[in-house]
Amino acid sequence: MSLEREPEPSTPPTAPMTQTEAPLHAPAIVNFVTSAEPVAADGPSSPIRQYLNTCSNGGLADKSFAALMLVCALSIFAIVLFILTILIVRSKLSLAQFGFGFFLRSAWDPVSGDFGALPFIFGTLATSFLALAMAVPLALGVAIFLSELCPARLRAPISFLTELLAAIPSVVYGLWAVFVLVPIMRDQLGPWLLKYLGWTGFFGGYNFGVGLLTASIILAIMILPIISSITRDIMQAVPTSQREAVLALGATRWEMIRTGVLRNARIGIVGAVILGLGRALGETMAVTMVIGNHPVISKSLFAPGYTLASVIANEFTEATGDLYLSSLIEIGLALFLVTIVVNAIARALVWAVTRGAPARVN
Amino acid sequence: MRPPTNYQSRSLRLNSAWRYAVNHLVTGLAILSTVLVIVPLVAILAYLIYKGASSLNLDFFTHIPAPVGETGGGMANSMVGSAIVLALASSMGIPVGIAAGVYLAEYGQGKLLAMAVRFTADVLNGIPSIVMGIAAYSLIVMQQMHFSAFSGGVALAIMMVPTITRTTEEMLMTVPHAIREAALGLGVPKWRTVLSVSLRTASPGIITGCMLAFARVAGETAPLLFTAFGNQFWSFKLNEPIAALPLQIYVYAISPYDEWHRLAWAGALVLILMIMVSVTLVRIYAGRGALKGAS
Repeated sequence: MSLEREPEPSTPPTAPMTQTEAPLHAPAIVNFVTSAEPVAADGPSSPIRQYLNTCSNGGLADKSFAALMLVCALSIFAIVLFILTILIVRSKLSLAQFGFGFFLRSAWDPVSGDFGALPFIFGTLATSFLALAMAVPLALGVAIFLSELCPARLRAPISFLTELLAAIPSVVYGLWAVFVLVPIMRDQLGPWLLKYLGWTGFFGGYNFGVGLLTASIILAIMILPIISSITRDIMQAVPTSQREAVLALGATRWEMIRTGVLRNARIGIVGAVILGLGRALGETMAVTMVIGNHPVISKSLFAPGYTLASVIANEFTEATGDLYLSSLIEIGLALFLVTIVVNAIARALVWAVTRGAPARVN
Repeated sequence: MRPPTNYQSRSLRLNSAWRYAVNHLVTGLAILSTVLVIVPLVAILAYLIYKGASSLNLDFFTHIPAPVGETGGGMANSMVGSAIVLALASSMGIPVGIAAGVYLAEYGQGKLLAMAVRFTADVLNGIPSIVMGIAAYSLIVMQQMHFSAFSGGVALAIMMVPTITRTTEEMLMTVPHAIREAALGLGVPKWRTVLSVSLRTASPGIITGCMLAFARVAGETAPLLFTAFGNQFWSFKLNEPIAALPLQIYVYAISPYDEWHRLAWAGALVLILMIMVSVTLVRIYAGRGALKGAS
């Protein structure tokens, strides 16, 4: 919008003019103010007034713009509610047929129409927690290194590298796992584990290379950057004065990190770990490619398994029959609810520390 | 009177020695874990480049997949398909995401509703992508009774929204209030202030957010499995199944044919190069401190 200024004799004095004249003719201001109304009233001759009359006062535009923004913001609620509703509606058949027992039954027999989600829940939990067990200590180490120990020159490149790790698509991890990790598991790591840790009973059976352990390893690699980058942010949010106070008492660097940083950041770190768990629970492609896709519950980590997400990925398009499809959607519903709860807890914990700072993109 | 502490006493010295040993041990462990994290990344990237570069040729960019048993063929249709689906997703997800971010930063400050939206966006960000696939399938594919590029675009758009919302909000918060007040003081309506002043000042950061959201969904496979579905042939129609690069990589990776494995590696290299180039460009762009002029 451009306000064209055409100097005309009948135009009311513009601001600079009144200012320059003010010291000389003080009453002129009063005169201008009092005469402003009459000038506008009888002055269709004033182009400024004409212009102002043609445009609205902006109230309508302002309100509609604000309403539009509000609608878009509310659409985020709508998306979540909509996903929930549609998942419940589409899984009604299986909800009615099996009830809550669906999650406690281990049958998965599309031919006779008998479905239960227990093996998938087992597979999801086993791989996720194994992945967490592997990733959390490493991620903490990386976060400590990046936040407290790293020379400033190395910090940016290493952060960049770990975030790059988060930018690699799941399917590329899967590809790498299928052609590199699986042979290593089959030929080197697997036999080694069997030889030295076989007595624990977790490494029995025939080792195909694909299975729970392989899936957990690739999951661990995938969730590591998420946990470590959030943990690093949280550790950096701890005020420097805390560190200095502990150091001033004669603490070594590790004692400073332990008492000054980790203790202050512990809630946020738990949040970061749960966030990683949420990611692990829902991870689909890479896990599907290496877990073996067989719905069994086995004590051995070499045994193939199946997760909630991968059964959907594998069987959804091939699901024949309404009950089969409905069961798969119910699995999706379970996954949705579990990840919502897990993420809500994690976000609340992370927020408690970073005071509502926006989440990281990766 | 208590005798002065002997700081050279054996127990104190041992104690310090122990403390310093622990300090060094932990430092070592932290460095070790960083190395352990960097190594798989370098291994994955190196192997990917090695396998991908040796499989990449001109045919890859110009041909559609060859039938089983024939050598050659490429993923030209997948790349075009990916571009179409991503353009669809961006055209739906970016405006909604930015608008929601504008609401959070410009209208919702301190409101309970804004907190709830913020929280929901963060939670939505963590919902598995395959669930978005099911939602888009149930909404669109089940109604139309066939897979379509459009449904894939919707699934990806839903994934883009929360990320863009949060970065937009974050970037708008960095715009100094003085600039907004200057505009409002000139009599500019608020909507115009938001569009021409706030959003414009924050635009480099918002573009960064959009690119990162784009890079994230560009590699997504799971939501496309039963929405875009994949296609071995050229397809440009929005209501027909369409090929997508990540989908094609997945199909080829789990196939038993060596020729297809080769193409999967080439595809993975192209995909990752695309993503990394965009992420790096964004990083350079954002790192140049476009917002510095505003503060």
